[in-house]
Amino acid sequence: MQEFISAFFGDYSVINGYVPLFIFLLVALGFAGGTLIAALIIRPHKPYPEKLAPYECGMPPLMEAHERFSIRFYLLGILFLLFDVEAMFLFPWAVKYDALGLFGFIEMMLFIAILLVGYFYAWRKGALEWA
Amino acid sequence: MAWFAIVLIKILVAFGALLLLAAYMSWMERRVFALVQVRYGPNRVGPAGLLQPIADGIKLMFKETVVPSQADKFVFFIAPALTLIPALAAFAVVPFGDTVTLFGQKIDLVVADVNVGILYIFALSGIGVYGVVLGAWASNSKYPLLGGLRASAQLISYELSLGMSLLGVVMISGSLSLKDIVAGQADYPYIFLQPLGFILFVICMFAETNRTPFDLPEAESELTGGFHTEYSSMNFAVYFLAEYCNMLTLSAVAATFFLGGWRGPLLPPVLWFLIKIIAFMFFFMWLRASSPRLRYDQLMAFGWKVLLPLSILNVVVTAVFIYLLDS
Repeated sequence: MQEFISAFFGDYSVINGYVPLFIFLLVALGFAGGTLIAALIIRPHKPYPEKLAPYECGMPPLMEAHERFSIRFYLLGILFLLFDVEAMFLFPWAVKYDALGLFGFIEMMLFIAILLVGYFYAWRKGALEWA
Repeated sequence: MAWFAIVLIKILVAFGALLLLAAYMSWMERRVFALVQVRYGPNRVGPAGLLQPIADGIKLMFKETVVPSQADKFVFFIAPALTLIPALAAFAVVPFGDTVTLFGQKIDLVVADVNVGILYIFALSGIGVYGVVLGAWASNSKYPLLGGLRASAQLISYELSLGMSLLGVVMISGSLSLKDIVAGQADYPYIFLQPLGFILFVICMFAETNRTPFDLPEAESELTGGFHTEYSSMNFAVYFLAEYCNMLTLSAVAATFFLGGWRGPLLPPVLWFLIKIIAFMFFFMWLRASSPRLRYDQLMAFGWKVLLPLSILNVVVTAVFIYLLDS
């Protein structure tokens, strides 16, 4: 197996550690897919229009559900993207924090300070309000 | 070849144990609920109701699946799997025991010890959001859509603090690999160095798994089940299983990062690890049985205005302390 992998990836032996992850992912895929497909095969299937109507507490459904929804969700998505990218910058810094010393400390404090300015701007503008 | 066989055996054992544990957590939840509410709970199927999860599984397997006529049928069908696969796969990087020697082979009790372990878990928990949102959207029904929108907003809001609350531990241990993080807690668990990080992580963990007091995406009394309102039979069971697997994985991460993972006196490591996970699960159930639900604006305000600044503060304070102690 080792030779087989190195034939493909050369001396990128670091990839070896990910092979079990990949197999685990495949097993999970097989289990989830297998369960759903097995259930699809063995279950009964007796539909009629009322049964297939969208659930609305017994009322006949009024209109399509694919309507427009609140703009706040988009705003939240954009904010999330900014802060999540920031968190991703923090992880490599945190791993090597000991080696970086004072330089790394000041650099990251500046980075966080700039980010906090943006955060408080968003707060003041009401991007975090839901009322 | 021996290497491959060991990997395969480890995968099957971890996978089977995770699924079995997830199934039995549904039994435990109902028993704990019954205890809190002074009734019996499931106690008829097998001794103390222990065969109940199996009976439920068989029943759900043979139930009809109602697919709403206006639904996007393909997305409706695959969405539960999109939630379950990441929930299961995230467990692969969690070490569940010490290195053992079997038949002259040294075996690490972890499926894959990768050096970006925690990033892998975050990546997969991020993908898990898709299953919820796509399932809700594909149902083409109003309650699931509302539940799905709430779920996505809540999951991404709390994921920020979830990630940042672990940064302190990463700074102390200097590694993203979960095995190294457990190795770093030989003397004392990191909860003593990162009490605020631990509290933040546990709060975000509840929000990430849609559990009370943050269970707005599936609030029964207002959304009739939220994103899985239109789901029935095995498709519903897959969502259900995914929720329990998420809870188990995040409990395992919390135990690994803050409580020393599989470390503990007297008892064997694997047992200690199980005890810690089940203690977290009991806490999940206890809180669900005893606490009310937040209002949605409170939930969002709490995530963005309290947890996020606190988690950034935790990073800064940890950085200052480590720098002062080093110099």
